[in-house]
Amino acid sequence: MQVPIEYYLILSAFMFSVGVAGVLIRRNAIIILMSIELMLNSANLALITFSSFMGNSIGQIFAFFVMTVAAAEAAIGLAIVIAIFRNKLTVNIDQINLFKW
Amino acid sequence: MIDYIYLTILFPLAGFLINGLFGSKIKNEKIIGIIGSSAVGLSFLFTILSFIQLLNLPIDERTRVVELFTWLNVAGLNIKFAYLVDQLSIVMSLIVTGVGFLIHVYSIGYMHGDKGFWRFFAYLNLFIFAMMNLILGDNFLVLFLGWEGVGLCSYLLIGFYYDRKFEKGTVPEAAKKAFIVNRIGDFGFLLGMFLIYQTFDSLNFLEVFSKAEYFPISETTFSFIALFLFIGATGKSAQIPLYVWLPDAMAGPTPVSALIHAATMVTAGVYMVARASIIFASAPAIMTLVAVIGLLTAFFAATIGLVQTDIKKVLAYSTVSQLGYMFLAAGVGAFGAAIFHVMTHAFFKALLFLGAGSVIHAMHEQQDIRNYGNLKKYMPVTYLTFIIAAFAIAGVPGLSGFFSKDEILWYSYSKGNLTFWIIGALTAVITAFYMFRLVSLTFFGKERFGKDVHPHESPKVMTIPLIVLAFLSIVGGYVGIPEIFSGEGGNALKNWFKPIFAPAEAKLRTFGSHSHFEELLLMGISVAAALSAIYFAYVVYTRKKEIADKTASSVKGLYNTLLNKYYVDEIYESSVIKPILIISEKVLWKVTDNKLIDGIVNGSAKLIYYISIIIRKMQTGVAQFYALIMMIGISVALFWLILTL
Repeated sequence: MQVPIEYYLILSAFMFSVGVAGVLIRRNAIIILMSIELMLNSANLALITFSSFMGNSIGQIFAFFVMTVAAAEAAIGLAIVIAIFRNKLTVNIDQINLFKW
Repeated sequence: MIDYIYLTILFPLAGFLINGLFGSKIKNEKIIGIIGSSAVGLSFLFTILSFIQLLNLPIDERTRVVELFTWLNVAGLNIKFAYLVDQLSIVMSLIVTGVGFLIHVYSIGYMHGDKGFWRFFAYLNLFIFAMMNLILGDNFLVLFLGWEGVGLCSYLLIGFYYDRKFEKGTVPEAAKKAFIVNRIGDFGFLLGMFLIYQTFDSLNFLEVFSKAEYFPISETTFSFIALFLFIGATGKSAQIPLYVWLPDAMAGPTPVSALIHAATMVTAGVYMVARASIIFASAPAIMTLVAVIGLLTAFFAATIGLVQTDIKKVLAYSTVSQLGYMFLAAGVGAFGAAIFHVMTHAFFKALLFLGAGSVIHAMHEQQDIRNYGNLKKYMPVTYLTFIIAAFAIAGVPGLSGFFSKDEILWYSYSKGNLTFWIIGALTAVITAFYMFRLVSLTFFGKERFGKDVHPHESPKVMTIPLIVLAFLSIVGGYVGIPEIFSGEGGNALKNWFKPIFAPAEAKLRTFGSHSHFEELLLMGISVAAALSAIYFAYVVYTRKKEIADKTASSVKGLYNTLLNKYYVDEIYESSVIKPILIISEKVLWKVTDNKLIDGIVNGSAKLIYYISIIIRKMQTGVAQFYALIMMIGISVALFWLILTL
């Protein structure tokens, strides 16, 4: 038997919400990066779900692209976090308010 | 040749470009002078050829339009860059290029050794270029282009000696005065052009004039157009109330005074009035105004000329006065006579100025006639030619000035009234008097200059143009012999201009006929008066100088008024210039600019600053706050999208 599409989508939405909450609430920059990964993966899940249910492989190919981009993004993000840590000796986002007026 | 008429305009332009761009590199005065003179000489040659061709055409084909290109084509306004060759423009072209060529040649000698030699010739060529555009343009816009161009050249050449002092001020001040006073006139001219376009829906001469002739257009409209055009003419041709710049224009080199401020540019206003004769003829009130202004200018300028002591100043006021004569002629409807006087005046006034230049040259820049005397001994050629010109301007029978001036005086009586004639004739007498005061003080009497001054005759390159102009001053009048001497239809110039001025003359009121006896009587009176004035001036200023001094001291008030030019400059200074300066400083600068405009600019900056103080609080610097705002935005957008689906 097949699992209905709603299950996948609800899971994806839940993962996305967790990611958003993580980005908005957590103070640690590394955890924020992880939350972003979570959001991207939820999007991947949705893509693959639709792809599989519609019998169309384009969504799956898209998921690969997203993964590649996510890897690159994670690499750069971590590099920035390390650079900031060297300067400020902290990765607490509250204390890194360089944009402030 | 007529089809190549644009060459007469391109040669001076080429001369200007060559001398203007490379003049400082060429350094050799001879080459620069030859380039400058031959540019105008070639132009003169082509004008003569065109003139001959025009002469051989039947009368009704003597109006030719030479189109070059479409200049403007915007929203129904289509202006072609085209030249109009007809009886009027070809005569003016002959005067400008012919006299211009002689003055160019003369300048080679006069400007010898000047550090701005190449600049001088470049400007002169540019002037001829602009003037030819003014004369030959076939619509008001091309005329206006030339009109502004000659104004610019006049400014550049008046200010030629930009590092020198002039009277109470400096040379650049005199140049600026000329430029600004001309602007006032040009503004009037522009308004006239706008009104012409609004009324006739065209700026093309032939179109406008044929519409003006046949279309039912109210006299009020004509009056306004003519008034505005005439305001333009008063500026350019130095008439009351805008004549004040011309005496100051004498700050320029003397050949410039001869070319621009005597022979050609200042007659542009007369040319324009003659060109638009049909418009003026349709506005009788303005015609009377033109005649009265011309008459007043002629008379008052002549009286000022009586007491001036600077040789160029006397000639300058004489020019203003003679220009007044031309407007008097135009104002009574004798447009042909006006152009005739433009021509003869160009000959003898250019000669007078060049002669004055020769004297100034010999006397080492001394311009005060009280320091001259007995120069005929040292400068025979200058003396002879100068006195011919003086006889011509005084109206001695047989010379050119006699024919044109007499024609104007006759028309001012036969088409105007007796008052016009009396004041006109009186002006002629005063003219004869001040000219021979000038001649006597300069060439006769005792030597009043120091022992260290050694006057000498000018070089050939200067005296030959003088001789040619003297010849023209003698014979120039024989193209317009009055009909009482030459019989009905014997006035060659009048017949030549007939097709141009016939529509205007047909529109003007017709007058009762006058007998030949009247004409001869009036002519006799004015000639006799002028001759006695010449003799009187000669006696007083060569032998009995004390009469002049005594007269001057007995009417001291009048004398000083004349010496100070009726205080017109002072009146303008206190009534126009001072108020403008005060208003500019106290109101326009201190209030309008400092408070209002700066206030608006600084105020808007301040407003943004205060708003920023409030809204910059949103920039917390916490990245998560930004992310939150973004999320809210996306959610709202999504909801809106879903709800509208």
